[in-house]
Amino acid sequence: MSKILIRGAKVLGGEARDVLVDGETIAEVGTGIAAGDATVVEAEGRILLPGLVDLHTHLREPGREDSETVLTGTRAAASGGYTAVFAMANTFPVADTAGVVEQVWRLGREHGYCDVQPIGAVTVGLEGRKLAELGAMHDSAAAVTVFSDDGKCVDDAVIMRRALEYVKAFGGVVAQHAQEPRLTEGAQMNEGVVSAELGLGGWPAVAEESIIARDVLLAEHVGSRVHICHLSTAGSVAIVRWAKSRGIDVTAEVTPHHLLLTDELVRTYDPVYKVNPPLRTERDVMALREALADGTIDIVATDHAPHPHEDKDCEWAAAAMGMVGLETALSVVQHTMVDTGLLTWEGVADRMSFKPARIGRAEGHGRPVSAGEPANLTLLDPAYRGTVDPAGFASRSRNTPYEGRELPGRVTHTFLRGRATLMDGKLA
Amino acid sequence: MKRHLISAADLTRDDAVLILDTAEEMARVADRPIKKLPTLRGRTVVNLFFEDSTRTRISFEAAEKRLSADVINFAAKGSSVSKGESLKDTAQTLEAMGVDAVVIRHGASGAPYRLATSGWIDAAVINAGDGTHQHPTQALLDAFTMRRRLVGREAGLGQDLSGRRITIVGDILHSRVARSNVDLLHTLGAEVTLVAPPTLLPVGVGHWPCEVSYDLDSTLPKSDAVMMLRVQRERMNAAFFPTEREYSRRYGLDGDRMARMPEHAIVMHPGPMVRGMEITAEVADSDRCTAVEQVANGVHTRMAVLYLLLGGNEPAVTHARTEETK
Ligand SMILES: [Zn+2]
Repeated sequence: MSKILIRGAKVLGGEARDVLVDGETIAEVGTGIAAGDATVVEAEGRILLPGLVDLHTHLREPGREDSETVLTGTRAAASGGYTAVFAMANTFPVADTAGVVEQVWRLGREHGYCDVQPIGAVTVGLEGRKLAELGAMHDSAAAVTVFSDDGKCVDDAVIMRRALEYVKAFGGVVAQHAQEPRLTEGAQMNEGVVSAELGLGGWPAVAEESIIARDVLLAEHVGSRVHICHLSTAGSVAIVRWAKSRGIDVTAEVTPHHLLLTDELVRTYDPVYKVNPPLRTERDVMALREALADGTIDIVATDHAPHPHEDKDCEWAAAAMGMVGLETALSVVQHTMVDTGLLTWEGVADRMSFKPARIGRAEGHGRPVSAGEPANLTLLDPAYRGTVDPAGFASRSRNTPYEGRELPGRVTHTFLRGRATLMDGKLA
Repeated sequence: MKRHLISAADLTRDDAVLILDTAEEMARVADRPIKKLPTLRGRTVVNLFFEDSTRTRISFEAAEKRLSADVINFAAKGSSVSKGESLKDTAQTLEAMGVDAVVIRHGASGAPYRLATSGWIDAAVINAGDGTHQHPTQALLDAFTMRRRLVGREAGLGQDLSGRRITIVGDILHSRVARSNVDLLHTLGAEVTLVAPPTLLPVGVGHWPCEVSYDLDSTLPKSDAVMMLRVQRERMNAAFFPTEREYSRRYGLDGDRMARMPEHAIVMHPGPMVRGMEITAEVADSDRCTAVEQVANGVHTRMAVLYLLLGGNEPAVTHARTEETK
């Protein structure tokens, strides 16, 4: 088996260390490790993190291969420093049976740029009426642990309650896309000063907050755990904080774009900023950053949502919602959380690897960088400065809000079980 | 002036006064036996209507023809926005045909802005109403009507609407007319009060440059103009208000209410009026109601806008008189 010596990297942002990878595992972490026959990666000034884990990715396969496939999506993931992604269930057909989740899981294994853990739908066809075969999906080869109707909210309180109860049998978790449907009919952007001026249908914060409030109470009542997808408002943060203080088993995620962008950008009517949940206000952004720093929000998840050019090159109302995120996530987190002093690199490892792996029970991921552990690693250059050029994306889609924007940091290497999937910034 | 007219908020006070003054000159042309100027001869203007609006389309068409432009009417009706390619595709077709200006009406807020800024087309873009966003030429014709009635046809030249008190009543939430008017009237120095039930006011209206009231009766005595907006009956089904009768009772303008307005005050309506719901027939047919004048003024104002966006920098009338003496 091949050996790799990563020399002089700051492990989790700490002291410079040498890390020797032998085969699929980390053999040794120390100083002055002899290279021997190992391939040497000079990593002075770089940060070494455990491979990133994304609990919220849209790979679009099956059904929308013009947007993304498991292959292109996992290549994008490797480019962004990810070694595992959880693939959302809103594909065509919907991943609501053992068959579909196994298909996605197998495609992930074949392509091998990162591990793909399918998420199963909570309800049949994401229709919110009838529970999907959650147990069968768990028992399948894909061993599904996370269930979500993402893209849609499980808005029926009884269905949500039953789902929360049912997955307890096999330690699953329900990930809720919190969006009260009636309050968001015709909604196109955050409801507030900007929507009033632009004449775009408003998406009130309370539509998200009221569902989160209900779901944490349901989770408490039935003694289950619930995960809240992509928090976007200060009020959502307050509810999750309250729920945690009360001992409710809730975890929550925030996307990189909600840590940086605000609804002021919608003034351009450029659909690149159209996303679900919508971009909110500066006040919300600050509350989300603070909550990620203090642990109220557990993880960063990309909500990587690829769309082909023509679905965005149109008027706002007609455009698809979503933005790609895998390849820029770490840069945005560095920019908003590390360079601002809110989070250390150890904190980044916690929010982007350890905790998402734990919430989704991703085997072998989110482990310490120490001898004997699987060699899932990400190496980045935090001093890098450059503008985002989507032409270089590995993702099949280019719908990024950061085109031409300067963001710090760059992932140079990604290792999946000891094999480089990204080497010197190039996919292996 | 800018190259496009997308929002009433794009206009400075001087821009707006220039348009109103130019519209007065255009109005004089309308009084002549031959109501036509050669100003836009050889220029092509497309009326691109994704949403039905015969009134607005005819108004623009009349304005374009009086300026001797070549007019193409393009009713892209029914082309759904489910995928949205239609706007871009249409824009590129028009670009290939070399049109000079596009007058666009679209159901989606921001569509004219996209058309003007996304590089799909080079022509000047005039917003003829987009979703619940803006309808700037409507605001201009309303301001023109107010200036004529409240300041005077001749006395108004060069003047704005400083100190005039304008009340806009009804479905502010869904109204591009209200948004455009608030922006323009504020720019022209008027004091605007919006009156509606709280359900028909947008969240964030508190940041607009105007007052907000839920009570029509208390605002009427201090209004120089009261603009009644149309309230669509289907709003009732979406629970914006309980019943049509209750709406009319609290926010409709009838003869008794009109009597509480100052002697000189006018009643405005962007049309089409549905008598009974927001305005009674008695009010709609009174001399104080300017709805019909607004229609005529729409043509003058749109001529002014087209002239200023596409024509020269010289005053329109000089141009016209030169033409006459030939
Ligand atoms: Zn979602």
